[in-house]
Amino acid sequence: MRDIAHCMSIDGEPVPFVPGQTVLQAAQAAGVFIPHLCAHPEFTPHGSCKLCTVKVNGRAGSACTLQALPGLEVQSNTPELNSRRRVLLQMLFVEGHHFCPGCEKSGNCQLQALAYEMEMLTPHFAHFYPNRAVDGSHPDVLLDMNRCVMCELCVRASRDVDGKNVFALAGRGMASHIVVNSPSGKLGDSDLAVTDRAASICPVGAILPKRVGFAVPIGQRQYDLHPISAQVEQAVSTLAQGDKEPAA
Amino acid sequence: MSELSAPGAQTLDAILTAYGHSPTQLVQILREVQGAQHHIPPAAQAHIASALGLPIGQVQAVVAFYAFFHEQPMGRYRVLFSDNITDRMLGSQALFEHMLGRLKLRADEVSADGAVSVGLASCTGMCDQGPAMLVNNRAITRLTPRRVDEICELIRSAVPLADWPSYYFKVEDNIRRADVLLGAQWVPGEALRAAIARGPTGLLSEMKVSNLRGRGGAGFTTAVKWEAARVAEGSARYVVCNADEGEPGTFKDRVLLQSFAGHVFEGMTIAAYAIGAQRGFLYLRGEYTYLLPALQAHLAGLRHSRLLGASICGVPGFDFDIEIHVGAGAYVCGEETALIESLEGKPGRPRIRPPFPVTHGYLGQPTVVNNVETLCKVLEIATHGGAHYAGLGTKQSTGTKILSVAGDVERPGLYEYPFGVRINQVLEDCGARNPQAVQISGAAGMCLSAREFGRRISFEDVPTAGSFMVFGPQRDMFEVARNFAHFFAHESCGFCTPCRVGTTVVANIMDKIANGHGTQYEMNELGHLADVIKGSAHCGLGTAACNAVVETVEKFRPAYEQRLKRMDFEPAFDLDAALAPTRALSGRDDAGAHLAQDMEPH
Repeated sequence: MRDIAHCMSIDGEPVPFVPGQTVLQAAQAAGVFIPHLCAHPEFTPHGSCKLCTVKVNGRAGSACTLQALPGLEVQSNTPELNSRRRVLLQMLFVEGHHFCPGCEKSGNCQLQALAYEMEMLTPHFAHFYPNRAVDGSHPDVLLDMNRCVMCELCVRASRDVDGKNVFALAGRGMASHIVVNSPSGKLGDSDLAVTDRAASICPVGAILPKRVGFAVPIGQRQYDLHPISAQVEQAVSTLAQGDKEPAA
Repeated sequence: MSELSAPGAQTLDAILTAYGHSPTQLVQILREVQGAQHHIPPAAQAHIASALGLPIGQVQAVVAFYAFFHEQPMGRYRVLFSDNITDRMLGSQALFEHMLGRLKLRADEVSADGAVSVGLASCTGMCDQGPAMLVNNRAITRLTPRRVDEICELIRSAVPLADWPSYYFKVEDNIRRADVLLGAQWVPGEALRAAIARGPTGLLSEMKVSNLRGRGGAGFTTAVKWEAARVAEGSARYVVCNADEGEPGTFKDRVLLQSFAGHVFEGMTIAAYAIGAQRGFLYLRGEYTYLLPALQAHLAGLRHSRLLGASICGVPGFDFDIEIHVGAGAYVCGEETALIESLEGKPGRPRIRPPFPVTHGYLGQPTVVNNVETLCKVLEIATHGGAHYAGLGTKQSTGTKILSVAGDVERPGLYEYPFGVRINQVLEDCGARNPQAVQISGAAGMCLSAREFGRRISFEDVPTAGSFMVFGPQRDMFEVARNFAHFFAHESCGFCTPCRVGTTVVANIMDKIANGHGTQYEMNELGHLADVIKGSAHCGLGTAACNAVVETVEKFRPAYEQRLKRMDFEPAFDLDAALAPTRALSGRDDAGAHLAQDMEPH
């Protein structure tokens, strides 16, 4: 049926892969949904959100960084792993400020869509209520740190695609935060343009283009129409990243 | 942003020049600036970024990552009390409060004249002679109320740190039991010459026979590491000595670096010979900065006697030298890939593995990272051969192991034993009276109760990186676990969700229980959170972060239960406390201005 040398299994179903692909990339190419937030088909695997944690031959690992290998037996859509994912989502919700009803990203937000998908009914943990800044200094782009989930996609997009290094992740532990590369630290003083990849990559509502927030009404947006599990991204290219170092 | 003053810019340029304007030296450059100016203001960060050709955000990221770097001035005297549980058991919290009271300061508040601030630091590695503090990164041991008063007076009189009484800074070795490492005669260069006589492959086969395993905790076979780095493709190879001894309760590496530095450097040189490295790094934790001048002098002596540099021992092509990098207050840098990131001048966030450092380490090249003690043990193998070395210890855990013993014991200090020694034996030798628990291998390690004291120190039974903290019958094991929970929340690098958020959730729950608001619900939550964090964290820090909580819940459950309310659940949100700002604004404090939250059945 399939070339055994290039085949693994996810939840018992055979999934082919191209050598060099990660488990997540192979899953996506086969249309198999594995929840993830910091992984993106255009970028080097990052492995920080841990939502894609799967079990391979009994051991836990991130699907986005694990190399696909012949004969791997991957468990992903199991009650145990989905329960862990729900806890990780709840952690992300209480760490920042995520008020979906008042957020213009609602319906296009991957965090929200994953929370629905994983049947997260409440944030569960006590909220941290952090004091985070909103930066409206840029004419075309709003930066709202309250919604940041530290996925560093903006950091990677600005560095690797735009060649601008507008964003960096600073701090440690709970004090981790995105900083803007400009003399004042304000987005308006950086060379970010609304057309940059970094301006549109945010999976949540931390980086938003201004004045288009409600061009598509809530109720008709990407994840309003179909659940995130029914919209598996097809990798635009096969990224063989096994030998690359992770982003700093 | 304010511009740099001319003298400020001159100081920075001198430091930048000393480090060759190299971005990989960023942590070292910032450490020097912090030392010279007591903080690293935004203007200085911008200046450094532009001089090194880095985005300013990258410099900001590094400044914000390390605990010993400050963007704002933290006082000309920055006082940090070591906050390990062993310091607390010696009374550090009362001394901390005493000092704050004397100086009329709150924690981390800078005095109005900019002279001083007083805060807390993770374990500073002086557990056998605590309570300890750091003043501008200089260690002061054996604090007493009187000594704290004297220090307050010295600060008030603006006496330079260099003129403080030298006995404040005395750091003792406290070697209580010496075996083949701490007790043997050592002739500089002898082991190195023996290694050269064996040749790289001959040495590696002796290493294999010895079955030497890493002393940093993980216990990986050293010969396998060296072999892998030796055969890996690369344009350069590196030897790194991991002297970022941050695990709470351990201090053996500090003694090895203070009194056995020749062993450490010779071990590194032998490793370089075996794998073909030309450059080595000693990554010294920032808390041990006081050792730096002596270590530098030792390296200079080695170069002088041709035991470092070009054609070492007259062997053509055997060129190797060692640089010392000093850390800046980040426990996570003890993880080898985080350490390498820090060596490269970046925040110490662990890398995705594989690839492992033996193939892709420093600057992407094959790199061997070994613990201080492991490198010292190499000398015995080079001199006497692998079979002789393997004669001590157990089959799977050969040789000797140094334990850092602290806590409720009569004779704290270093104890070197052949592997396989029983916990009971160590407790008897160090004078522990009726201990209820021993925390082995630090906050990330194992908590053993009295019924387990017959177990053995070895990779196959009770593995350890060296920390051995003893708790007497009067100690509260819940507070021990709470101290460790806060330690991990403080030291999490913040990269992955479970560790960044989860360790803080755990610490908050431990506080809720400590404050008398815990219920059975919190106990269940701790178990559930530990499972999620351990099962999904990015590195060893996260996977070990809940060990102490889980083990103390299991073995010392009454310490938790005596604090619990009888009801099933109490909300984290305190209605009455939330009204406090309103009461303050309205000037009311009558019964009608309070809300009851007590849901306990009456």
